[in-house]
Amino acid sequence: MRPMFWPVRDSFCGCFVKRHDARASHRRGDNANPVFMAYSCRFDRPACFILPSPARVGLALFGNFELIAHHASVTMAEVMIGLLLGTFLGVVTAISLALSPIARVVVRPMMVLSQALPVFALAPVLTLWLGYGLWPKIIMALLIIYFPVTSAFFDGLMQTPRGMLDQAKVMQARPWQIMRYIRIPAAIPALASGLRLAAVYAPIGAIIGEWVGASQGLGYLMLLANGRAKIDLMFAALIVLAVLTLLLHASVDRLCSYVVRRQQA
Amino acid sequence: MSNSPALHFHGSATIAGTPIFDPLDLDIAAGKWTCLLGASGVGKTTVLRLLAGLGDHIDHVGSIAASDGQSLAGRISLMAQTDNLMPWLDVFDNIAIGNRLRGDAVDGDRAERLIDQVGLTAHRHKKPNALSGGQRQRVALARTLMEGRPIVLLDEPFSALDAKIRAEMQELAARLFAGKTVCLITHDPGEAARLGDVIFVMNLTGLHSITPPSSPVIRPYDAPDVLACQGQLLRLLRETP
Repeated sequence: MRPMFWPVRDSFCGCFVKRHDARASHRRGDNANPVFMAYSCRFDRPACFILPSPARVGLALFGNFELIAHHASVTMAEVMIGLLLGTFLGVVTAISLALSPIARVVVRPMMVLSQALPVFALAPVLTLWLGYGLWPKIIMALLIIYFPVTSAFFDGLMQTPRGMLDQAKVMQARPWQIMRYIRIPAAIPALASGLRLAAVYAPIGAIIGEWVGASQGLGYLMLLANGRAKIDLMFAALIVLAVLTLLLHASVDRLCSYVVRRQQA
Repeated sequence: MSNSPALHFHGSATIAGTPIFDPLDLDIAAGKWTCLLGASGVGKTTVLRLLAGLGDHIDHVGSIAASDGQSLAGRISLMAQTDNLMPWLDVFDNIAIGNRLRGDAVDGDRAERLIDQVGLTAHRHKKPNALSGGQRQRVALARTLMEGRPIVLLDEPFSALDAKIRAEMQELAARLFAGKTVCLITHDPGEAARLGDVIFVMNLTGLHSITPPSSPVIRPYDAPDVLACQGQLLRLLRETP
């Protein structure tokens, strides 16, 4: 009789040389062997509660279309509001930083420091403070895009072509007018890069928020399906989330390209 | 224009500890074209930046004064080699950018008149990317005129244009800047010979005043005295360090 758990050295060997034996033991129904169990996950088709077939996921997707659509609409609402608010806040912050050297000295290190705090860790606190509704998720999406938007736009504002600024100085321009007529328009392509990143990041924030505590949304649906071993539904929700994120990114990308092209032609 | 003052520049300049030029005296004549000709790297542009008030990073030991004793701030306009047009503004708005940047009202009629004078009426609503290099410099010229300043500093504004357009732009600028105190930085002897009421050659040994052709500006590019002056200037540029 074989022991229940093989010595480590043997099991390592088994990984490489004993596949044939394991197959044989499979046919004999020798399922108690832990090395075989590891093999079955690696080399045989996994059980449907581990990785459902595409067909099952497809069935789950169409069979639960309304359910998934409802939760997707909640998640997308959180993402869109978070995206808009985060962009607004990021733009305002970047302009303030660009206008004021004092703000740069004071606020910038704080912003970098805030990035050292994982947003993931903030999610439970936000849920504690703001409840189970939309707001903690919106704030999560906002927090996760705030830094890339601010950072990209700020960099753009600080890289205005030298000649334009010289021209403005000789014209005795006022700082705010330079910002309005030169630095902001010149930084629009940089802001667009920030927004393209934000479109991909924002759904991550919303989903984390939903995982921590929610009654609706794709993140909530995925946890629920997972808990009930409806892995096909979980994968269906995951695919919908990925598709929506791609669509969002594509739309933001198109919009940004259009605006930048329109601006200069 | 009687209110265009003469300028006197005196002094030396260093940038971050590197000497750019030794003490020199440059007199820019009132209401005339003063050409400062020199090879690249002798500090022509540094002189111009100091005159324009853009010398924050330059250590200038010396003085800059106008003949009427008043400050230069607000009396200078600048036109550089790169047109520095805003790609997001059309021709009209680029010409009016100075007013916008100061928060003044824009004199639309004046802007339209200038667009007409530089021959861009048909392109009024185009953005810079839709214009040729010559057209863009015309916009820059109109923008400089729109400022209505008595002193105009030109930093190789025509050097990136082809010979035909350059000659046209020189004539246009000479006509439209008439009466203003103009300081033109150039590395083109032909341009200096055509446009200079006063011509200086700047090299590592300092400034050298050259007698310009006797005819008034703008001179024909093929007149014998202009060609002779051009030859003399080029020889000076090549012979001295």
